[in-house]
Amino acid sequence: MFDVSILFASVLNGITTGAVYALIALGLTLIYGVLHIINFAHGASLMVALYGVYFLKEKLSIDPYMALPLMVPAMFALGYLLQRGVINRASHGKDENILLVTLGLSIVLENLALLFFKSDTRNIETAYTLTTVNIGPAMIALPKLVAFAGALVVSSVLLAVMLYTDLGRAIRAVAKEKHGARLMGIDVDHVYAMCFGIGLACLGAAACFLLPAYYVNPLVGSGFVLVAFTIVVLGGMGSFVGALVGGFLIGVVESVGGLYLGESLGQVGIFAIFIAVLLFRPQGLFGARA
Amino acid sequence: MTSRRQFMGHSAAAASALAFPLVGGAQPKTVKVGVLHPVTGALAYSGQQCREGVLMAIEDINKAGGIKSLGGAKIEALLGDAQSTPQAGAAEVEKMNEAGVSAIVGAFASAICLATTQAAAKYNLPHVVDVGVADQIVERGLKNTFRFGPGYKKCAEVAVANLHVLNTAAGKPARTVMIIHEESLFGSGTANLLARELPGYGYEVKEIVKHANPTRDFNNIVLRMKQINPDIVIPANYYNEYALLVRTMQQQKVTPKAIYSVLGGAASSYKFVKEFPDAANGIIDCNHWFNPRDKRSLELKKRVEAKNLFFSYEVFMAYTAMRLLADAIERAKSTDRAAIIDALNKSTFSDHIMPYGATQFVNGQNMGAQPLMTQVVKGDIKVIIPRDYREVDPVFPLKG
Repeated sequence: MFDVSILFASVLNGITTGAVYALIALGLTLIYGVLHIINFAHGASLMVALYGVYFLKEKLSIDPYMALPLMVPAMFALGYLLQRGVINRASHGKDENILLVTLGLSIVLENLALLFFKSDTRNIETAYTLTTVNIGPAMIALPKLVAFAGALVVSSVLLAVMLYTDLGRAIRAVAKEKHGARLMGIDVDHVYAMCFGIGLACLGAAACFLLPAYYVNPLVGSGFVLVAFTIVVLGGMGSFVGALVGGFLIGVVESVGGLYLGESLGQVGIFAIFIAVLLFRPQGLFGARA
Repeated sequence: MTSRRQFMGHSAAAASALAFPLVGGAQPKTVKVGVLHPVTGALAYSGQQCREGVLMAIEDINKAGGIKSLGGAKIEALLGDAQSTPQAGAAEVEKMNEAGVSAIVGAFASAICLATTQAAAKYNLPHVVDVGVADQIVERGLKNTFRFGPGYKKCAEVAVANLHVLNTAAGKPARTVMIIHEESLFGSGTANLLARELPGYGYEVKEIVKHANPTRDFNNIVLRMKQINPDIVIPANYYNEYALLVRTMQQQKVTPKAIYSVLGGAASSYKFVKEFPDAANGIIDCNHWFNPRDKRSLELKKRVEAKNLFFSYEVFMAYTAMRLLADAIERAKSTDRAAIIDALNKSTFSDHIMPYGATQFVNGQNMGAQPLMTQVVKGDIKVIIPRDYREVDPVFPLKG
């Protein structure tokens, strides 16, 4: 058996990883909750953001955390333009079209990255990559703690925006009743694009927190997007709190599973939970009953 | 309508008519050689180092007058990228065959070599394996496949026997072992061999942990290591994961009596020693290594470093593999594939910087090939075993 201090360290490790998962899932759940589309390009967008952070560091020596004020607006702009310029136009208002458009986008983005950046796995070195912080008997890498704190801050800001700003009210109105919102004078297309932009901005933040302890290659997003979908379903489609709690839960299950069952088999826990949720609580932990 | 048989007959006639003018005609100006490595993907660093080694050898050979028995024909490299997957490697062999190469040098990773040697065998295309340590590569009876360096069975045997010598000399402080290996053929195969050899010498293998390529978080594995507290940790993986594993151990303050690598991806790497001197200090490795007493190896090292590259095992293994092939082409006096294979079989190539002596191939394996044991001492990599090549005395165990 493993002793408690090791289990504790593994759980902490899982929570910090889960925070980044949550951040990625937040963007996905927002886009689903309002636009009612499943964004298959989410993983590819994360990959784009990671390359952004990578090149800022390598070419301009901008620290990944300092890159936040650049990456978040840049990804927001990319999301806004993608929604207004590509997804909205190509979908002609049909949900099944949107699904295919985002799938196509992901294929285009990944292959463009392969063409320009090759399939090399790249990572960055920072002064704090190997720094650890002692928490009780466990030692946690500093970048992971920063990612954890960052994920909490970003999701709090997002929640505040949703609850207390006009934009947030407009987004919630559109999510609830699109036609009603339009009749009240809300520019629905603009709100859609804002949502997509915010969803991708979350990825911009996630990329800044992720890269100091992770790597980037053209296919890096696919691993995350599967986990993110699981979290969204687990937490409840469109629920922010659900995405946050789901992220932590999946992170811990993955880490502890890896500890007890080995690095490969450990992943099985995530999908066991996924299937169990679909069987017994299809609306998710925090989702509204359909 | 033409029957299939007729078509084949016509094609054969056409082919031989096309081939005829070459026989007895002017000597070819160049000898095409396929240089096939995983220069992109997870193994990109190693693949690029290999490619550099081969290209340096070709440069040297051409500068020295090319293949003299072919009227000074220059060697022309056809570069291929295996993209770190066996499938892509095999596809490149097809392209190289179409392009009419006389031989292939490559393809670094064991799993890729298995695929490329097999693909080349279909065309009786000679394939010199530069690194690929899995013994299956030379055990399938492929007539076209030649490996200059040692296989992992040889390396594991040498490593375990020497571990026992070191441990016995130190008063047997080490008894338990944990093996961490990457999941492809090279890591899994090495781990299996070690797990079989070690108990024979009285060591207990506490745990064997497998990980994927790439892995960016070794925290769980190191936590298990903390729990098991092995005397010796044996990693068998490629550079990125090796470096991250050792650094995570350093981060989590896990210090076994020895980090004893077998074909460790970073252990005897100048890159690793330079980038992480503290983490690398004292690490022992049983790996491909040049003869430190041969002046030419130090000259080559200087030339590689002048290009701002590290003199890693990939470079000198691939460099020597290319020289071995050139020697065979020289003796074959032909660009014909069968003639080159025959010359390789009869090779006694000894003008090289590796501690192997004269080359002798048995079933495609160079019988004199052996690994050396190195240790990282004061920011440099020094040979500790065998005595013939020893530069410094070994430090074992690392902590008292």
